[in-house]
Amino acid sequence: MAGAAVLGRLGPLRWRLAEVVEVVPETPSAATIVLDVPDWPGHRAGQHADVRLTAEDGYQAQRSYSIASAPEDPRLALTVERLENGEVSPFLVDELRAGDRIELRGPIGGYFVWEANGGPLRLLAGGSGVVPLMAMLRHREATRSEAPATLLYSARSLGEVLYRDELERLGAAGAGLRVSYTLTRERPPGWSGYDRRIDGDMLGEVFGPVDPAATAFVCGPTSFVEAAADALVALGHDPARVKTERFGPTGG
Amino acid sequence: MDYVTRGFRGRRREPDESARVPPGQYLTDDFPVLSAGPTPHRPVAEWSFAVVAQDGEQLARWSWDEFRALPSETVTVDIHCVTKWSKLDTTWEGVSVDTLLSDVEAEAGYVTAFCDGGYTTNLPLEDVTGGKAWVAFGYDGEPLEPEHGGPARLLVPHLYFWKSAKWVRGLRLMDEDEPGFWEELGYHLYGDPWREQRYWGD
Repeated sequence: MAGAAVLGRLGPLRWRLAEVVEVVPETPSAATIVLDVPDWPGHRAGQHADVRLTAEDGYQAQRSYSIASAPEDPRLALTVERLENGEVSPFLVDELRAGDRIELRGPIGGYFVWEANGGPLRLLAGGSGVVPLMAMLRHREATRSEAPATLLYSARSLGEVLYRDELERLGAAGAGLRVSYTLTRERPPGWSGYDRRIDGDMLGEVFGPVDPAATAFVCGPTSFVEAAADALVALGHDPARVKTERFGPTGG
Repeated sequence: MDYVTRGFRGRRREPDESARVPPGQYLTDDFPVLSAGPTPHRPVAEWSFAVVAQDGEQLARWSWDEFRALPSETVTVDIHCVTKWSKLDTTWEGVSVDTLLSDVEAEAGYVTAFCDGGYTTNLPLEDVTGGKAWVAFGYDGEPLEPEHGGPARLLVPHLYFWKSAKWVRGLRLMDEDEPGFWEELGYHLYGDPWREQRYWGD
């Protein structure tokens, strides 16, 4: 394997024993796990990590989770949504406590990433797909990046929106971030945001004319990602600048 | 064992299923979709499949109709995605890569699959010949849907599924193993799920 020596420059991604600092409930079905990871090599906004749990008898299970924290944050945060009948996510969301230990390795993924100098951001989140996009917005804030950013966040109801208070703060006037919501199933009285699944009209209104310097990051369940990416391409976005990631029930 | 996670029990599998699930994988009945960008929607009238030599010379080419006139096979295989899901007994219809290479007079140690959308992946030639790989156009008795790689995708079930390139348009013969899209971005050059070759250095 001629390329292996060059590619191996980063060395293997070894498992690290991470300690849970706290588990922060985000919504009734999601929690953020804040971890101390010894010798964490650092990550880029948008990457994910593999988690491995071992039972007393040696049985192991692995899953991948998006990293929610900015690269600048000394602690690593994973936001996990509980999947009904899941093997791992209900344990992580409901059972894990401060002081517990889990194995972790990463960071993983070198495509769905944004650097603070990476140009304007167009973010499209479906449900828990907001997690890696949040890492980008946190990175943008931590570096005081002036890259214009727009987030369109589709959720079933306001109660299922992750990071709502923080998004409100980040989106305050003058910060260069605009946040729009669409609530597809249930809306509070007097709701003035969108109330339907995303479509080309909505994307055109939220994002405005195509900016060739912007990169779009789309993350959510498959139906959301397919609809959003297709609509962006139909609006004239260069497909090479539309990056997609799936986040949704895959049995976990 | 300091790596035991307090209170985690997990869900054990039946022994006969366990033997078919590589390390670190879990079983799903869904068919999750993963891709790095928008789904190309290539009409079959504009589709072709090519075998290209190291120097760029086109050695063979089929239009959709010509490709579909080739002998095809129905295969039932287990598939394993590097994102940790495995799916057992998936049924595909496709043309064996052996058939596509049967009239090609050339030598190569490796191939790079190239695709609509710009995706590439690298494979040793011996991993796509000898009845181990297909260009699949059908899944579960239906035409392969675009989000799963239609009109046609590579099917190399003994390697992690990113090697089974969606929207495949051809194979380029290579003298050396040059990393493709994910292989450049941290994923393993070969990708054997039974040796858990997920990332560089595994």
